[in-house]
Amino acid sequence: VTGERVAAGGDIDRNRPLRFRFDGRQYGGFAGDSLASALLANGVGVVGRSFKLHRPRGLLAAGVEEPNAIVTVGRGPGAGVNLRATEVELFDGLDARAVNCWPSARFDVAAINGLASRFLAAGFYYKTFMWPHWRLFEPAIRRAAGLGRPTREPDPVRHDELNAHCEVLVVGAGVAGLAAARAAARTGVRIILAEQSPRVGGALRWRDARIEGTPGKAWADQVAEDLANMPDVRVLTRTTAVGYFDHNTLALVQRPSPGESQSGLRLWRVRAAQVVLATGALERPLVFPGNDRPGVMLASAVRRYLFEFGVRAGHRLVVFTRHDDAYDLVEPWLAAGGEVAMLVDARVNGPADRIARLRDLGIEVRLGASVTCTRGTPILSAVDVQSCDGGSQRIRADVLAMSGGWNPALDLFRQSGGKAIWDPRIEAFRPLMSVQAERSCGAAAGTLDLSTAVADGEAAGSEAASGAPQRSPCAPAVDSERRPAWQVDAPGKAFVDFQNDVTAADIALATRENFVSVEHLKRYTTLGMAVDQGKTSGVNGLAILGELTGREIAQVGTTSARFPYTPVDLGAFAGLARGELFRPRRHMPAHGWHVARGAVFEEYGGWTRPSSYPREGETTLAAEQREALAVRQAAGLFDGSPLGKIEVVGPDAPRFLDLIYANVMSNLKVGRARYGLMLNDHGVILDDGVTARLAEDRFLVGTTGAGASRIAEWLEEWLQCEWPQLRVLTAPVTTAWGVATLSGPKARQILRAVGSDIDLAAESFPHMAFREGRVADIPARVFRVSYTGDLSFEINVPADRTEELWNRLMAVGAPSGLEPVGLDAWMLLRTEKGYLHLGGDTDGTTNALDVGWGHILKRKTDFIGRRSLIRREDQRGDRFQFVGLEPDDLTRPLPVGAHLRTPGEVMNGPTEGYVTSSGFSPHLARAVSLGMVRGGRSRLGERVQVVTEQGLRYAKIASPGVFDPSGARLNA
Amino acid sequence: VAAPLRYSAWRLLREGLRGQTGWAPAWRSPTPRPRYDVVIIGGGGHGLATAFYLARVHGVTNVAVLEKGWIGGGNSGRNTTIIRSDYYYPQSIALYGLALDLYEKLSNELNYNIMFSQRGMVVTGHSRHDMEAIARLTGAMRLQGVDVRMLDRADVRDRVPVLDCSPQARFPVWGGYVQERAGTARHDAVVWGYARAADALGVDIIQNCEVTGIETGAGGVFNAVQTNLGRIGAEKAALVVAGNSSRLADMAGFRLPILSYGLQAFVTEPVKPVLDVVSRSLATGLYISQSDKGGLVFGGALDLYPSYAQRGNLPTAARVIGAVAEQYPSFGPIRLLRQWSGVVDVVHDSSPILGESPVPGLYLNCGWGTGGFKAIPAGGALLAHHLATGAPHPIAAPFALNRFATGALIDEAAGAGIAH
Repeated sequence: VTGERVAAGGDIDRNRPLRFRFDGRQYGGFAGDSLASALLANGVGVVGRSFKLHRPRGLLAAGVEEPNAIVTVGRGPGAGVNLRATEVELFDGLDARAVNCWPSARFDVAAINGLASRFLAAGFYYKTFMWPHWRLFEPAIRRAAGLGRPTREPDPVRHDELNAHCEVLVVGAGVAGLAAARAAARTGVRIILAEQSPRVGGALRWRDARIEGTPGKAWADQVAEDLANMPDVRVLTRTTAVGYFDHNTLALVQRPSPGESQSGLRLWRVRAAQVVLATGALERPLVFPGNDRPGVMLASAVRRYLFEFGVRAGHRLVVFTRHDDAYDLVEPWLAAGGEVAMLVDARVNGPADRIARLRDLGIEVRLGASVTCTRGTPILSAVDVQSCDGGSQRIRADVLAMSGGWNPALDLFRQSGGKAIWDPRIEAFRPLMSVQAERSCGAAAGTLDLSTAVADGEAAGSEAASGAPQRSPCAPAVDSERRPAWQVDAPGKAFVDFQNDVTAADIALATRENFVSVEHLKRYTTLGMAVDQGKTSGVNGLAILGELTGREIAQVGTTSARFPYTPVDLGAFAGLARGELFRPRRHMPAHGWHVARGAVFEEYGGWTRPSSYPREGETTLAAEQREALAVRQAAGLFDGSPLGKIEVVGPDAPRFLDLIYANVMSNLKVGRARYGLMLNDHGVILDDGVTARLAEDRFLVGTTGAGASRIAEWLEEWLQCEWPQLRVLTAPVTTAWGVATLSGPKARQILRAVGSDIDLAAESFPHMAFREGRVADIPARVFRVSYTGDLSFEINVPADRTEELWNRLMAVGAPSGLEPVGLDAWMLLRTEKGYLHLGGDTDGTTNALDVGWGHILKRKTDFIGRRSLIRREDQRGDRFQFVGLEPDDLTRPLPVGAHLRTPGEVMNGPTEGYVTSSGFSPHLARAVSLGMVRGGRSRLGERVQVVTEQGLRYAKIASPGVFDPSGARLNA
Repeated sequence: VAAPLRYSAWRLLREGLRGQTGWAPAWRSPTPRPRYDVVIIGGGGHGLATAFYLARVHGVTNVAVLEKGWIGGGNSGRNTTIIRSDYYYPQSIALYGLALDLYEKLSNELNYNIMFSQRGMVVTGHSRHDMEAIARLTGAMRLQGVDVRMLDRADVRDRVPVLDCSPQARFPVWGGYVQERAGTARHDAVVWGYARAADALGVDIIQNCEVTGIETGAGGVFNAVQTNLGRIGAEKAALVVAGNSSRLADMAGFRLPILSYGLQAFVTEPVKPVLDVVSRSLATGLYISQSDKGGLVFGGALDLYPSYAQRGNLPTAARVIGAVAEQYPSFGPIRLLRQWSGVVDVVHDSSPILGESPVPGLYLNCGWGTGGFKAIPAGGALLAHHLATGAPHPIAAPFALNRFATGALIDEAAGAGIAH
C-alpha cells in the first residue's frame, strides 16, 4: 500500500494536526482521523498479524467489521487492549501497538508459523498433543495464543450507567435512521437515536447522493441538528447498541470523545415501546487465493477512507466484484488522482450502463473473470486475472478493492428473536418476521438504494411512533444477475475468516470430516469466532459450506447472533457499582456509635456488625473474652437491630402462623412471646426466632438477621400463592426499629436506672414476655428473651432514636460494669448456653427432628414441612443431630469445621460429625463446643476422635450447653 | 464398521503433506433403523458417553443416539468447561470422583485430544462464615480422599495474583481452598470425541431427529419413540436431555421435580495469559478461567425466573460481568466478546437424577443443575451400566428419582453451605 492523503476532502480538520505513535514510530494525522485512516495516510501497509499463522495483514475494512488491525492503546493502568484501529479516534499523543506480534507488525518473529501452515489445518490440535501428555504442550500453546497483553494494574477508569425510556429507539443514524427518527419525532413522542460513529449520516458520508435536493452529508447534519434541538429527542453519537434483550430492553454503550482516556463508557439500559433498526449493511470480502495480502481491501473501505478521511489507499487500483455497488468506486478514485488498472467482475453479466460509462472513461471492465492470485511481499504489487476463456494476465496494482456483496447488519434483529430469510435475489439474509416490537428499514432491511431509503425510514418511523404493527419488509431492489461460485477455484490460501486464519480449504476439510452443521463448522474451524464475530466471514462461510454439501444457504442455516454486537469493556457493565457501591453494605442505625467506640466490623448475613470492641492494644480475641465476661459478671449491651421483624395482622393471623411455624403460635397469650422454628417443605429448618403476640389479631414475627427479607418473601409467597383466602396482612418492619439488647445479672438494675414505665419485676415481667412502654423516655417495645442464657431485655425503639438509647444506657450502666458486646462474644455466650445458631450449627439439611423437636409431630394441626418429617428417611436415628462436645483437653477449643471419627476406625471414610460452634469460656474457664453428630443424641457420653490440622484430638458427646443448666439465671 | 483412522502426530504430518485429503468423517450420518436395542434421546455429552460405554464396556452396539439439532448443541456446548470433584457428601464424591478419574484418561481412551488441563481450581472465602464452611467442606473431602487443601490469604494471592486480595476489597479474601486435579477441558472436543469413538463401535448418531412422542405398550412399558424421521422402536430408551427433561417427561406421561432456568456464560476477547487457575468466589458466586485461546470464560448466577429460552437477561449479565470488574481490578479494559445461555435442570437438592423413570424401560439422566459437564464420563458410564445390566451401579443408586419420595436427598448446596 502506498496510501496517501489527498489534497482536499474528508471530515477531518486539517487545521488540527495530531502526533501519534504506532509500533514505536512517530506519525502525524488530523483531528477527525481514525487510527486506521491515519496509518493508511502515512503509507503504513502492515497493521497487524493474524492469530494462528502470523501472516502480515493490512486494513481490510474501515468500520466495526475490521478483523486485522487490532491494537493496544496506551500503557499502564486502563490501557485499551484489542481495540480495532478503525474504531480508535485519533488524539494527540496516542500510542498504539499491534497485538500478538514481536517486535512489530511489520517484522514478526512468529511468522515462522506460516512455514508449517500445511500441518496446521482446522482442528489439528484435536488429533495430536495426546502423547505423552497434553500438559507438556499446553503452556507453549497458551503463550502463543491471545491477542493483546493486558496490564496487571487496576483499571482507574470509572464508567457510568443510565436507565432510559422512550417510545421509539432508532438504532443507526444513516439516511433511513435519520428519516425514521425525524418522522417519529414529528408525533411528539420521546425518541432516542443512537449512532455508533462519531458522525451521523452513515453511507451518506462516503457515497455521492443528494437527499431531498441537498448534498447527502449536509442533509444528514441538518436533520440531526434539528432533531437534537427538539425537546424529547436524544441524539447519541459514538453510541453502539450492543444488546437486544427480552421486553424491548436494549443495551447501548456510549464512548467518550477521543483522548478522554480517563472518562469511561456509559451503559444505557433502554426500554423502548418500539424499536427501529436502521443498522445498515456490511460488505463481504471475496474468497480467492491471496485475498489477505495487505492492499486487498473491501471496496466500501477504500471509498470510506477516501471520502471520510481524504486518504487514497494507494495509487493503482484493481476492483474485483460480484456486485454493482463497487463500480461506483472508480470515478471518485480517478478524481482523487488515482489510476484504475481494471475492473474485474466475476459475473458474466454486469450492469450495462455502468460498464459503458467506465469503458467510455477508458477503464477496462472484464466480465466473468476472477483474481486468482495476488503478488507482493508483503504488500500488494500485482494480481493475476483469469478471464472466462481461461487466459491469465498479470496486472500491476497496489490496491485491490473487492466486493462480494452486502449483508444487512441483522445482529440486533436476530438477538431480538427476529427470523431472517435468505433472499437469493440480493444474495443476503434479510429480516422476515419480527418477534418483538421492532422493525427494520433501509439497508438493514436489504436495500442499498439511497433514493428509497428516506421513504422507507419515514414509514418505519411514523409507524413505530403510532405503535402500528410491523409490516413484513418489502422485497428489495434486485442487483444484476449473479451466478459465479462463492470462491475462486485456484490454488493457494483463500481466507474466509481473516483473523482466525480460516481458509476455504479448512471448510472443505471440516466438510470432509462431517462437521457440516453450521455450528459444528464454526466450532471446529473457529470460523466467525474471532473478535469480529464473523461480520465479514459469516455468510461467505455458510455459502461455501452450502456449495460443498450441495445445499442452498437457506438450508445450511445460520449461527445465533449473540450479545454484544461489538466487544465492550467488562468494566462498563459494573458501571457505578464499584467498590463500596458494588454490593452496598447494610448498616445498623447505631453504626456511628459503634465506629466511634472503635468497633471491629464484619459482615454477617449482609449486615455490617461489630464483631468486638477492642480497647487500645487489645487483640480481638482478648476483647471477646472481656466482653463475654462482662455479660456474665455485670451486663453487656448488644446491637440486635438486624433481627427480622415482621408484623402479621388479621383475623386469620393465628391460623396462618400455626401453618408457618412447626410449633403452635395460636395459643400464645397477648403480651407473651415464644421461640419458634420455621421449616420448608422438606422439613428442613428455614429460620428461627421469637414471636410475640401484640394483640389478639396482631403478632410480631422475629427472624434471624440473614432471614429478614427472605422470610418476609416466604410469608407473602404462601399468602399470595397458596392461601389467598386467609385474611392476613404482613408488614416487614425490620429497619424501622433499632434493637439494644441488655443482658447480664445487672440488666434489670441498669434498665431501672435509665428509667422505664414498665414494671420490670421478675414476677410481673417474666422470661418470654413482651411489654410496650417507654425506656429512657423513648417509646419502646421490650422483650424479655435471652440468647446468652442470662437475664436479658431486648429493647426495640424507633430506628432514629437508637443511638440516643445507646448513649443513655451506656452512660447509666458503665459505672455498674456495662460493656458494649460484639458478635464474637455474643456467639460465645450462646455456645456456653447451648442455644442453636441457625446457619452455623444447622445447614440446609438439618430438619426439626435433628435438633430435638420430635414433639411437633404430636401436633393435631398441619404445618409446612410436616409431610416430609413423617418420612422414614427424616426420622432415621443415624442422621446428624445437634449435641454438645466436651474436649478432653478443656484448655483448647476445638476448631470449627473439624470432623469427628469413631476411635479405632480407619482414617478415610465418611464423617461421623463435625464441630459447628466453639470457643473458650472465660466464665467457666473451659472450652465449649457444639456440633452435629451422626445419631448424636443416643450417643451421649461416647468419646470421638476430632481430626484437626494440628493432629487428632478427643471429645465426649454431651447435651448442648454447659452454662446454667437449671435456668436460674435465665429466669432471674 | 471399518476401524477408524487413528489420530496422531504422524498422521497429521502425512495429511499435511498430501493436502489433508485423507481424513474420514469423524462420525457417519446414518439413516435410522426401525428398531434398536437402546435408543438414547439427546446427543449431548452424557448421551454420547452413554452410547460409547454401552458399546465399549458392555458390548451393546445396536444403539442409536437421537439429537434434535446438532450434537453438543445443548449444555455440553454452552458451559464454562470446568471439571472438579470438590463435593461434600460421600455419594457425590464417588460420583464426581469417578468422572474426574475417567476424564484424566479420556483423551487416550477416545484418541481425541479433549485438552483436559488440570490447572487447579482456587475457591475463595470472604468471611468468617465462609472459612468455617470451607474448613468443614475440605475436612470432609480430605477424609474421603479428595485432593483439596486449605489456603490462607497469601496462598490465594500467589495462586491468583490478578484477584483483588487487598483488605480494602469490598469482599476481602480471607483464604480459600484449592483442588489441584480440577481444571478445564475443551467442551466440544468431549462431545466430538465420544461421538467419533461411539460411531466407530457401531453406534448410529442421528442428528436433526426430534422426538415428538414416546410410545408405551402393554403394562405401560416403553416401546418406541415417534420422531420427525418416523417411529423408532427399542427395547430400552434413556432421556438424556438436560434443559428439556421436563418436556420429554411430559411426553412420557410423568412429571419430574425439575425447574428449568437459564444460566448465562461469557467470554472475553482473547488476551495473553493472565489467569492460570480456575478461580471461584464464594462471595459473588463468580467462576472464571482463561481458555487456551486466551479468552476469559466466566459465569456466576442463574437467571431470575424459570424459562426454556436459551438466552439471558441483562440484569443478571450486568451483575455477573460487574463482579469480574470488581474482583479482578485489572480486567476492566478487557472486552466482552460473546454471551450465551443454556437451560439447566434445577432440582431441590442440587444433585442429579439417574436411573429408572416411572415408565418401565425408560431411564433418566437429568437434574445436573449447573454442573453437568464435569460429570459427563460418569453420567455416561453409570447409565450404560444400568441399561446393560438392568440394575443401577452402586455409585448411581443413591441418585434415583425415588429419593424425592423417600426423603433421602443429597443436598450439596445445603450440606456444605456452599453453592455448587
